[in-house]
Amino acid sequence: MKSSRSRPDFVAPHLRDVPRSGIRDFFEIVSQREDVISLSIGEPDFVAPWHIREAAVFALDRGATSYTANLGLRELRQAVAAYVRRSFGPSYDPDTEILITVGVSEALDLAVRAVIAPGDEVLYHAPCYVSYAPVVAFAHGRPVAVPTRAEDGFRLRREALEAQVTPRTRALMLNFPTNPTGAVLAREDAEEIARFAVERDLLVITDEIYSELTYEAERVSVVAMPGMRERTIFLNGFSKTWAMTGFRVGFACAPPGLTEAMMKIHQYTMLCAPVVSQRAAIEALRGGDRDRDHMRAEYEKRRNFLHAGLNEIGLPCGLPGGAFYVFPSVAGRGLTSKEFSLRLLDEEKVACVPGSAFGSAGEGFIRCCFATDIEDIKEALARMGRFVRRLST
Amino acid sequence: MDELLRLLRKNALESPHNLARMLRLTEDEVRRRIAQYEQDGVIRAYQAVVNEDRLDLDRVRAVIEVKISPEREGGFDRVASRVARFDEVESLFLMSGTYDLLVFVRGATLKEVAWFVSEKLATLEGVLSTATHFMLKTYKDQGVLMHVEERDEKLKVSP
Repeated sequence: MKSSRSRPDFVAPHLRDVPRSGIRDFFEIVSQREDVISLSIGEPDFVAPWHIREAAVFALDRGATSYTANLGLRELRQAVAAYVRRSFGPSYDPDTEILITVGVSEALDLAVRAVIAPGDEVLYHAPCYVSYAPVVAFAHGRPVAVPTRAEDGFRLRREALEAQVTPRTRALMLNFPTNPTGAVLAREDAEEIARFAVERDLLVITDEIYSELTYEAERVSVVAMPGMRERTIFLNGFSKTWAMTGFRVGFACAPPGLTEAMMKIHQYTMLCAPVVSQRAAIEALRGGDRDRDHMRAEYEKRRNFLHAGLNEIGLPCGLPGGAFYVFPSVAGRGLTSKEFSLRLLDEEKVACVPGSAFGSAGEGFIRCCFATDIEDIKEALARMGRFVRRLST
Repeated sequence: MDELLRLLRKNALESPHNLARMLRLTEDEVRRRIAQYEQDGVIRAYQAVVNEDRLDLDRVRAVIEVKISPEREGGFDRVASRVARFDEVESLFLMSGTYDLLVFVRGATLKEVAWFVSEKLATLEGVLSTATHFMLKTYKDQGVLMHVEERDEKLKVSP
């Protein structure tokens, strides 16, 4: 008789070491509770605008149920090329330099797998979105966190990069505006990071899914800096800008060789993004400017409200320049961010994601999403205020 | 449009404290601007948008297309302002196209509205003809959906 100890473990060792997403852990706790106000979502509370949904319905109506070209519908690639040129600067050839993917998540995986050989090191700034380090590990690369600090507005500094770069460093992953901190890229930082990448001959993978949710700051992309186009994989998508998370459609723009390499993986593993979603994406680019502006204006007011409210109740935070997260400090109360979040959930039924879910650099913070109805934000703030007052007595 | 007005149009009951937070203004500044808008006649009233279909009310609403002859001095304005003064009239617009005035009317019964049209409206000097359409159901009013749509449930926690 075999004991459980000797049962063979079929899971690949490099995967075994990758922890589950802290967000998912938390999700399982929250989903068992009722009457919870959630500031822990990572998607817009809006429904995708009706004209976009209608375009999807119309596509189905006409029988759009087939595969598309591996790169994606040409019409969509052309629309993406025009959009990227208009909004970010660089021109990409829709026939050889744009790949439509199943969300930016797939694009990120393709980008990393296309360029990382076993043992290669990849820099990423932290705290950061939960996918970056695991995706590198899946490609047998070595993810290397570059810490950013709240006192510094979570900006990515050259000194911090220099402290982590080695001869094995192959790529740098950027995510501005940043999930979970809301940090945006200042022009001088973008220039400095670009110089660093050129001098160290690094590829840059930049995930700019939140770029349209940049508030008062100038919107700057590293890909527009001198010498960057040929060493950048530019990732973006529709999920956050047009509240289309469930459509699962994003895109990657890169020079032909890199696009071809990503396409190879995409072709053999995914074939193509869902055709209905691609049709909806075309409509978003064609007629979605007003919806985008409207949603951004809404988020901005909620951001202001949540930021002011959190600071008032004693959870200090900076005003995020982009995305839809505020990242207040919960330190100094003798609780880890996870303990703080769990007690807040238990005692006041408010769900926020513990900062530690975004790497050790996120410890001492919680992520509060303001893509949430303003009435819910008000109630959440009242409850959090009560909770914080109780903690300090 | 000023973001302050936009917020008030959405929720006129929003407190100056909350408005100030959302707009990154002081509470005093918010109060001052609201007072100014009221004084300038930009803000004309604060009303609740009520779904009357949910109330057990005896009431009829109708839209009436009215053709009138413009006058040498005053154009359509004199007739329009006479129409507007009736309590039965909720809204009134001058239109381009095949008729001139669009009148939104409310009454307790069909008979009452019919009486208003035939006795009051049609007999006004300058009114040439009317065409009355009764409203059957309200789907959306003043930008507010009257029936809550069922929404797909979203995850409570997501990346």
